[in-house]
Amino acid sequence: MSAAAAFFYLFSGLAVASGFMVIASRNPVASVLFLILAFVNAAGLFVLMGAEFLAMILVVVYVGAVAVLFLFVVMMLDVDFAELRQGFQRYLPVGGLIGVIFLIELVLVVGSWAIDPGLVQAPLGNAARGEAATNTQALGRVLYTDYVYFFQLAGLILLVAMIGAIVLTLRDRPGVKRQNISVQNARTQGMAIETIKVPSRQGVEV
Amino acid sequence: MNAAQIVMPALGPALPELILAVGVLVLILYGSFKGERSVEGVNVGALLLIVLALFVVVSQTGAKITTLNGSFISDGFSRVMKALVLIGSGATILLSRDYFQRERIDRFEFPILILLCTIGMMVMVSANDLIALYLGLELTSLASYVIAAFHRDNLKSTEAGLKYFVLGALSSGMLLYGSSLVYGFTGTVSFPGIVSALHQSAGFGIVLGIVFVAAGVAFKMSAVPFHMWTPDVYEGSPTPVTAFFASAPKMAAVAMTVRVFIGAFPDVTAIWQQIIVFISIASMTLGSFAAIGQTSIKRLMAYSSIGNIGYALIGLAAASEEGIRGVVIYMIIYLAMTLGAFAILLALRRGSEMFETVDDLSGLSRTHPVMAFCLAAMMFSLAGIPPLAGFFAKFYVFAAAIKADLVALAVIGVVTSVVGAYYYLRIVKVMYFDEPKAPYEAMAPGLRIVLGLSSVVVILFWLLPAPLVGAAGIAAKSLF
Repeated sequence: MSAAAAFFYLFSGLAVASGFMVIASRNPVASVLFLILAFVNAAGLFVLMGAEFLAMILVVVYVGAVAVLFLFVVMMLDVDFAELRQGFQRYLPVGGLIGVIFLIELVLVVGSWAIDPGLVQAPLGNAARGEAATNTQALGRVLYTDYVYFFQLAGLILLVAMIGAIVLTLRDRPGVKRQNISVQNARTQGMAIETIKVPSRQGVEV
Repeated sequence: MNAAQIVMPALGPALPELILAVGVLVLILYGSFKGERSVEGVNVGALLLIVLALFVVVSQTGAKITTLNGSFISDGFSRVMKALVLIGSGATILLSRDYFQRERIDRFEFPILILLCTIGMMVMVSANDLIALYLGLELTSLASYVIAAFHRDNLKSTEAGLKYFVLGALSSGMLLYGSSLVYGFTGTVSFPGIVSALHQSAGFGIVLGIVFVAAGVAFKMSAVPFHMWTPDVYEGSPTPVTAFFASAPKMAAVAMTVRVFIGAFPDVTAIWQQIIVFISIASMTLGSFAAIGQTSIKRLMAYSSIGNIGYALIGLAAASEEGIRGVVIYMIIYLAMTLGAFAILLALRRGSEMFETVDDLSGLSRTHPVMAFCLAAMMFSLAGIPPLAGFFAKFYVFAAAIKADLVALAVIGVVTSVVGAYYYLRIVKVMYFDEPKAPYEAMAPGLRIVLGLSSVVVILFWLLPAPLVGAAGIAAKSLF
């Protein structure tokens, strides 16, 4: 067994095992951690296939952003998973039926599947272009030329998301005391201390 | 690959979109630097951009042009539908000013979100592949979710936004799933590519893909059975936003549906025709029966829009050039009727109080005769009574359906429009024969403009139908 095959079985075995643990684990925080482990193993599989860009994106986006966000939500919302599972027996028939329908659909669809042999030979089309380039270079070349339209549209969609978040949540609260560093720095001794001559036996009004 | 090899794509056909996109970025900067004081300026700027884009769209000529790696198409159909989208968006900005000022939610982000939404709709109308279609749809939908919840201190508005978001995300998922199946079975996402791939074979997977794509687009058009969100979202959103949802995005959604089915699946009509016929019958029936019991005008308009989508889809079900011409004419007239009706709904206010039920219209003919006359014209037109525009809208789609041997569909359409006439005429009865209530305030100038223009189209369409029918004919011709 070659080293690549050994790593393949290592990564895929771990991915399947941690995938199982995601749904089997009693502690939701552990579930999310197993999910992260599954993602990392999937990234390892991508590296084995020579798709290093996808591997890095998977780690950065799914592990770095999505899973950590999950973790925050699970930790902050006190979700009682035991309670969520209570209706499991009751909903099993309906859920099972839907699952079977989807399985039949999938079998029907995959049954009539035909993959172009050319696609298997040349992932990402590097060979077709007759160039040796890394994934990242190849993606960059089409992203900013052939697919510049989609790239710009995706940018506009993200802009809408940003504006939307601000519109719906930013509130202007009057009367909040905020630190103003320039004012603090500009304070002089004269502004902070007042010297008062106290007449004897009379005191001063504060 | 060196610099000389990179060919700049032709940007001319996409000029209206580019104008809006660059303009909206400038307006965002202006708005965020000036803060609250910029509202007036941003509104005027947005309106000017829309007028400029409309001017460019109308002045574009020529046959079919594709650019941007084949994912953008500019043809007669896209130009007419883009003009409708731009008119809907511009009218929304005119309708919104007075309302937002009085509700104290007058913020500069609203026209900006409308503009971004408009860009998304124009991308949808001009989409020539599935990715551009999806991106345009998402841009439109995301902006729509935000403006539905724009009145964020109002419980109903936030509920509308959240409901729209959750259901919209589900429908986007269905559309994507369908698109991925279509891609899997044809090996391409571009519409011409799909057409040529389907010449050779159309497997079972394609049927599944088309069904899911149809479910996704039916949701966006609010056609039955994917209409459940419509009454709640229409009722909860601020009224100008409801006017927007009922006008511009409907145009874009119908254009997108026509583009997908006629542009990408013209040779497998048998597969999707039955879906469209079913959706059409269900929408017409539900639209006319469910609206009968409504007391809120906004909910009534929601059901009315569901029904109207059913009528428009009759033309698509015919899958012929005449049918598509009928769809385009229907959408033009529907846009005018909807905007006019909402202009009147927005005028029903005293001080800070808005009136939104059918009873609030009672005796309007004596307190506001002009407004009552215009609304009566809109309602007669929506009911399809000649010589108003709505009659011609229905006439063209029914005629196309009969020519395409869909006589049963046309008959059901006529029957449901008779049922629908009941609740449209009830509004006229309430306005003209019930006891008057206290008069409302004078209409804001923006509302007057929109109401005036749409009344002219609805009432005088029969005098000069040639320009609109001709434009629709050119639009339909470019698809076949």
